[in-house]
Amino acid sequence: MSQARETLEKVFREEYGRIIATLIRISGSFDLAEEALQEAFTSAASKWEREGTPDSPGAWLTTVAHRKVIDAIRRDNIRTDKQAEIAFELSRLQPYAETELLEYPDDRLRLIFTCCHPSLVREAQVALTLRTLGGLTTTEIAHAFLVPEATLAQRLVRAKQKIRLAGIPYEVPSLEVIGERLAAVRAVLYLIFNEGYAASAGQSLIRSDLCAEAIRLGRVLCELLPNEPENMGLLALMLLQDSRRDARVNDQGELVTLEEQDRSRWDAAEIAEGVRLVQAALSLRRVGSYQLQAAIAAVHAEAKHADETDWRQIVALYGELMRVTSSPVVALNYAAAVAMSEGPERGLDMLEAAGAGGALENYYLFHASRADLLRRLGRLAEAADSYTTALPLTTNQVEMNYIQRRLNELNRRRKDDNFE
Amino acid sequence: MKYMLLIYHDEPSWAALSEAERQQVYVEFRKLRADLLTSGQFVTGSQLQPISTATTVRVRDGKELVTDGPFAETHEQLGGYFLIEAKNLDEATAIAARIPSARTGSIEVRPLVETVAEATA
Repeated sequence: MSQARETLEKVFREEYGRIIATLIRISGSFDLAEEALQEAFTSAASKWEREGTPDSPGAWLTTVAHRKVIDAIRRDNIRTDKQAEIAFELSRLQPYAETELLEYPDDRLRLIFTCCHPSLVREAQVALTLRTLGGLTTTEIAHAFLVPEATLAQRLVRAKQKIRLAGIPYEVPSLEVIGERLAAVRAVLYLIFNEGYAASAGQSLIRSDLCAEAIRLGRVLCELLPNEPENMGLLALMLLQDSRRDARVNDQGELVTLEEQDRSRWDAAEIAEGVRLVQAALSLRRVGSYQLQAAIAAVHAEAKHADETDWRQIVALYGELMRVTSSPVVALNYAAAVAMSEGPERGLDMLEAAGAGGALENYYLFHASRADLLRRLGRLAEAADSYTTALPLTTNQVEMNYIQRRLNELNRRRKDDNFE
Repeated sequence: MKYMLLIYHDEPSWAALSEAERQQVYVEFRKLRADLLTSGQFVTGSQLQPISTATTVRVRDGKELVTDGPFAETHEQLGGYFLIEAKNLDEATAIAARIPSARTGSIEVRPLVETVAEATA
């Protein structure tokens, strides 16, 4: 790959969100900003190849795209107040080096909040965040979420249209609502991560490009709003989960449980960063669910072998998590931790209690966990029933294979028992 | 931008309120209206007569069809509206949240279509 091409791809990954955020503020239009930046990248491709890459490629692209935005607005002859604003922007546009001035530090923050605005459905928030802030193409996003490209394109068009027509603001929300808006932003990033980490459908369990993108956006969020403990908690959680990525699936593409994973394959750098982050977050003394989940992941990460896991500490952290956000899924994990700390019997009781409301009835992990505990208690027939219930509840091939493997083992053991 | 705030509520529970309770809600409505007038955000607004007074009109093949009531039965009924001027959706939803019926019913926030003249002025 030529050097110009390489630089361009790097700048695209790293600067796309930053530049587009500024262009949207200036143009007031997602579409106009996207078009202008696309054109700027196209010009860069040929110009850099001929004349070499500029000293500050990001600034170069911003300036060129900015000019294209202004040209487009002029062509469209948009309202007068906008023109005054443009004249103001133009006056700041002169030499390339001054383009840094163009960027307001909170442009990307505005963009994040607009993309994750509660008046957009979650799917639209996710698509818009990946498209604009992440710079992923429509094709890439469609592939990652296994939806037809036309569906995704339509989703983006509708979302951008709603932003424009409904007047969704391009600004950092007021103090009264920023807390809940931030929670929505974190939910979007974590959903992107999870879609990558435990792909809800398809052949492979992990789509690492989505994980990497979510982590990158998590870093951006921490950088833009420093010392916000839940943001740090989210980034820490994603890093710690991602650190186990290579060990989670074996060479045959089979799911490997935490207990059975080869811990030497865990990513030490990600663990170190995650642990450091979660400690820093907890020291701010505003505990929240991401921090607690990250702390639990950190306890796992610090055990060299599965049997060195400090289950008592994990149980304590789950107790705290239940206090902050009690949900059936958290209760399920709490029960699984108690099973490790105090034995499968006590864990099973708690598991049954968590599922008593029926909320976990269609949740594959509930039945799979129940089956695991029954198996450990030697109640093999019931265990087999639970695995059988779990099987049709997942659409992920790797998870299905895992259950099937367990089921086969059980059936072998039961046959052996019968012959004794 | 102009936004229409459509106020949906459950008519039977509104009718079941005591006179004193209803007056209390009206006080809140008047206060909101006064606040919006002061801030220059009030365009117009009114309570609507109950749905039992509604008439539906359709014209099909040039023939006018007038029937009783609304077209479909829903859980909540349109009970009133505010037309407001707001800077953006966040400002509009913040106002919607101050409508007393938001606590029991729901407020649909709809931007008005800007006329061509306004959009290019």
